[in-house]
Amino acid sequence: MENRKSESHTSFSKKKTIWGRIFVWGALIIFLILLALGLLRTQKGPVGVGDKTPNFTLTTFDGEQISLSSLKGKVVLINFWASWCTPCEQEAAELEMAWQSYQGSGKVIFLGVDYVDTEPEAQAYLQKYNISYPNGPDLGTRISQAFRIRGVPETYILDQNGIIQFVQIGPFRSSSQIQSVIDSFLQP
Amino acid sequence: MKTRNAIKLLFFSIGMMVVFSSSIVALAQSGSPPTITDDQVNAIAKELYCPVCENVPLDVCGTQACEQWRELIRQKLAEGWSSVQIKQYFVDQYGYRVLATPPARGFNWLIYVIPPLSILAGGFILYRALRSWKTSQMVNKHQGDNSLLNKKDDYLTRIEEELKQR
Repeated sequence: MENRKSESHTSFSKKKTIWGRIFVWGALIIFLILLALGLLRTQKGPVGVGDKTPNFTLTTFDGEQISLSSLKGKVVLINFWASWCTPCEQEAAELEMAWQSYQGSGKVIFLGVDYVDTEPEAQAYLQKYNISYPNGPDLGTRISQAFRIRGVPETYILDQNGIIQFVQIGPFRSSSQIQSVIDSFLQP
Repeated sequence: MKTRNAIKLLFFSIGMMVVFSSSIVALAQSGSPPTITDDQVNAIAKELYCPVCENVPLDVCGTQACEQWRELIRQKLAEGWSSVQIKQYFVDQYGYRVLATPPARGFNWLIYVIPPLSILAGGFILYRALRSWKTSQMVNKHQGDNSLLNKKDDYLTRIEEELKQR
């Protein structure tokens, strides 16, 4: 009787130890998987030429909502900028000049994504450079995170199918540089 | 008569001065915005991080972006916003990553759960290791004592046997 009792006690404590081990190892494996996924995401680098762009909706400073998926069939220029960014100022007028040449065509659209900025300064910046194409804040930094941008200014030019065809890190030198890139995608 | 007039004029001018100065104070109180000190701004700023300058709290960050953020905090405080409202505004604008202390939601729970659990697990492993180390030491000591006793026993039996033979 005593032996049976001690045997059942031993098997119970053995089971407990096994379950404890399974729990600890399971928790450790889950933690390592999460860590690996996080590292993989951060190590991925920015999106590049040939990548399909993640869909997003930009709410402009005027309150208009523009979804990227609704712009299919157009060449889209997405420019990340901020009012505190000095190099952004170098290309602001050039971008507006390029936009003026495409505005009426309906084949090209420019979108300005204001990264980590304060609204009064952003509005003053837009006014200063007479920027007329749609611009909006990157609410929750969702768009810049989707593009995994490295800084500002950064510009992505998408073809009619929403595929990234050109990436500009840093400011454009001139409006003609912008136009030459866009024109290459407009040719049949 | 002249003195009377002079006294009247004096009282009148004092009265006018009192009315004028009190109206200036009242105007100043109602017209100008409340002064927000740097300490008030920094009390909120130290709980925020600008995504541009990673790992630098907003209150000590020297970039233009951070300066703009601090100015925005000052404006919101002047408008009568509370600390919670201002932080919520920054979260809405720039996401949860701006908060120094992320809220305990979703995967964020792991930040709060894993460190204490790891410490507990580490303590348990250490306790088990120390206990097994102590037990093995005691067993070794016990075995050592037994072998010594056995040796002594052999010696005693040999003496006894030799004594018997004599």
